[in-house]
Amino acid sequence: MTKKDVENVETTVDLSVKIGSMKLKNPVMLASGTVGYGNEISNLTDLNRIGAVVTKSVSLKPRKGNPPQRIVETASGMLNAIGLANVGVEEFIRTKIPFLRQFDTNIVCNIAASSIDEYVECTRMISPEETIKAFEINISCPNVKEGGLMFGHDLKAVAEITRRVKAVTDKPVIIKLSPNVSDIAAFAKVVSEEGGDAVSAINTLVGTSFNIYTRRPKIFNVTGGLSGPAIKPVALAKVLEIKRKVDIPIIGIGGIMNWQDAAEFMIVGATAFEIGTVNFINPNAGVEISDGLWEYCRKMNIRKISDLTGSYVI
Amino acid sequence: MIIVNAEVSEIVELGNSIFLIKVHAPKIARESTPGQFCNIKVSESNFPLLRRPFSICEVKGDFVSFMFNVLGEGTRNLAHKKVGDALDILGPLGNGFKFDDDYETAVFVAGGLGAAPFPFLTGKIPEGRKLLSFIGGRSEKDLITYGMKNTLLSTDDGTKGFKGNVVELLEAKKELLDESKIKVFACGPTPMLRAVKEFCLKYGYNCEVSTECAMACGFGICQGCPIQAEDKEGYYLVCKDGPVFNINKVVL
Ligand SMILES: Cc1cc2nc3c(=O)[nH]c(=O)nc-3n(C[C@H](O)[C@H](O)[C@H](O)COP(=O)(O)OP(=O)(O)OC[C@H]3O[C@@H](n4cnc5c(N)ncnc54)[C@H](O)[C@@H]3O)c2cc1C
Ligand SMILES: Cc1cc2nc3c(=O)[nH]c(=O)nc-3n(C[C@H](O)[C@H](O)[C@H](O)COP(=O)(O)O)c2cc1C
Ligand code: FES
Repeated sequence: MTKKDVENVETTVDLSVKIGSMKLKNPVMLASGTVGYGNEISNLTDLNRIGAVVTKSVSLKPRKGNPPQRIVETASGMLNAIGLANVGVEEFIRTKIPFLRQFDTNIVCNIAASSIDEYVECTRMISPEETIKAFEINISCPNVKEGGLMFGHDLKAVAEITRRVKAVTDKPVIIKLSPNVSDIAAFAKVVSEEGGDAVSAINTLVGTSFNIYTRRPKIFNVTGGLSGPAIKPVALAKVLEIKRKVDIPIIGIGGIMNWQDAAEFMIVGATAFEIGTVNFINPNAGVEISDGLWEYCRKMNIRKISDLTGSYVI
Repeated sequence: MIIVNAEVSEIVELGNSIFLIKVHAPKIARESTPGQFCNIKVSESNFPLLRRPFSICEVKGDFVSFMFNVLGEGTRNLAHKKVGDALDILGPLGNGFKFDDDYETAVFVAGGLGAAPFPFLTGKIPEGRKLLSFIGGRSEKDLITYGMKNTLLSTDDGTKGFKGNVVELLEAKKELLDESKIKVFACGPTPMLRAVKEFCLKYGYNCEVSTECAMACGFGICQGCPIQAEDKEGYYLVCKDGPVFNINKVVL
């Protein structure tokens, strides 16, 4: 193939995808809690080349987070119990959003709350901000009592959150599901019925790690959320399960390290995907994954990456 | 703060599973200041998954060195690196020591591998100022004096130098500290830093400590490395606000 041919093909590989009314230039999203508010990582990667950036969970009031130790490495993964340390809605609007405005990407605001009213209030306050293109509602943080997990395990609460949050914003609403439930598709179904635009799956899996000499937990919170390559097979199975049972766009999350992992998520049903832990190790992973997917599509003769979604052969 | 693939130019064992690895990393060398660290990838695969933080031990021209102790899988991999191998390094990270403020004598206090940042700092102490290096270890084989000047030694078991811990040695040599205006720079295990802080508060010495915490990212995006703040509500991040703090800013 001549260089000219390559250029011609390039213009025909379409990496763009849509989540509700939000158009992403490529399916790469940076996961909540793994890129802060974009400042630091923008020194190490080009955020303009990323489909969307999901901000650290923000709650109505600032939270200082858990005491140390907050993280520990495990086999091909890590446990974290950060405790939703964040600046709170007011500071988020005042100082974090202005910085994010400069990037040509979609900014998705992730919200955590300790009551249904708080989810609604946070969304209502942030919704007028033009920079924010969509909301991801975290009903699945395993690390604080009031981190939403109690909602994430209650179908009625998930229905009410979806309905009431949708009522206060015109922007797409994504509900981030907990994997720590027996029937994740039932939750996706409720979100779909109540008008949610998409679900993201999965948040971290509850895990723990003990020091055998002191017999004490290695993290202060005792349990934490497991992320990284260790959870990828579980996450893939959850995405597939939702895809087979419910008609709603899915954002796949869990252990993606490279474009091959990302392609796997799209094949089992993801419209887009989020990368988390890998940002700590390779902050430029998002750009590399986007390039890798483009090359993969070219080789496989896939002209629109959205054709890959749910293209599994079983 | 950049990521480079640096070539290993030298790796030597200083003894007792302590290694010095030197890499060609001109950009990092140019930007670094003593007390900063780099987050180094120790594996090509997913195990160990996370980078490992190491203080910048020495900068000479375009070369940067790290001193490390073989503890687990990550540092074992690092010890197996050979001259010519590539090392994926993220840095320089964090805030270093303030070594040009108002003092006449720099007093270094190092416990075990806490000696790591001091060779770099030793070279940066402004001309005309004095320097004293207090170095402690469990036993003679744990004492690391590499790249340090005017050393006073202590061992817990008395196999070399003063018998006792390094803070007891400071107390024993207090008349040396009162000859001029001093500033204390300390790095080592947290219990040692706590004792140094107490000692410095007791006598009103200005003191900075280099702290440690488990880290994932090393550059402020994961919130994984809190240290309790003393001068405000909540926490600082060791990787971004530290790892060097004035003792008045943090609870140790
Ligand atoms: C800012 C900063 C600077 C550092 N500078 C240096 C340095 O210059 N030289 C150096 O050798 N080390 C330094 N460390 C510590 C170094 O990062 C750890 O020793 C390293 O991560 C161990 O990795 P590993 O995979 O070999 O061990 P792991 O498998 O992670 O751990 C092996 C064993 O060591 C213990 N361990 C892990 N980390 C530490 C720690 N920080 N302190 C005590 N025990 C620990 C674990 O609990 C475990 O039992 C620094 C740490 C920080 C945060
Ligand atoms: C340190 C850390 C902090 C996180 N914080 C949040 C958070 O605030 N809100 C949220 O919805 N998810 C949070 N997550 C979960 C991630 O967004 C993601 O769902 C999870 O890590 C799985 O993806 P990964 O394996 O690619 O990391 C966090 C994950 C990590 C590792
Ligand atoms: S190690 Fe990630 S914020 Fe400090």
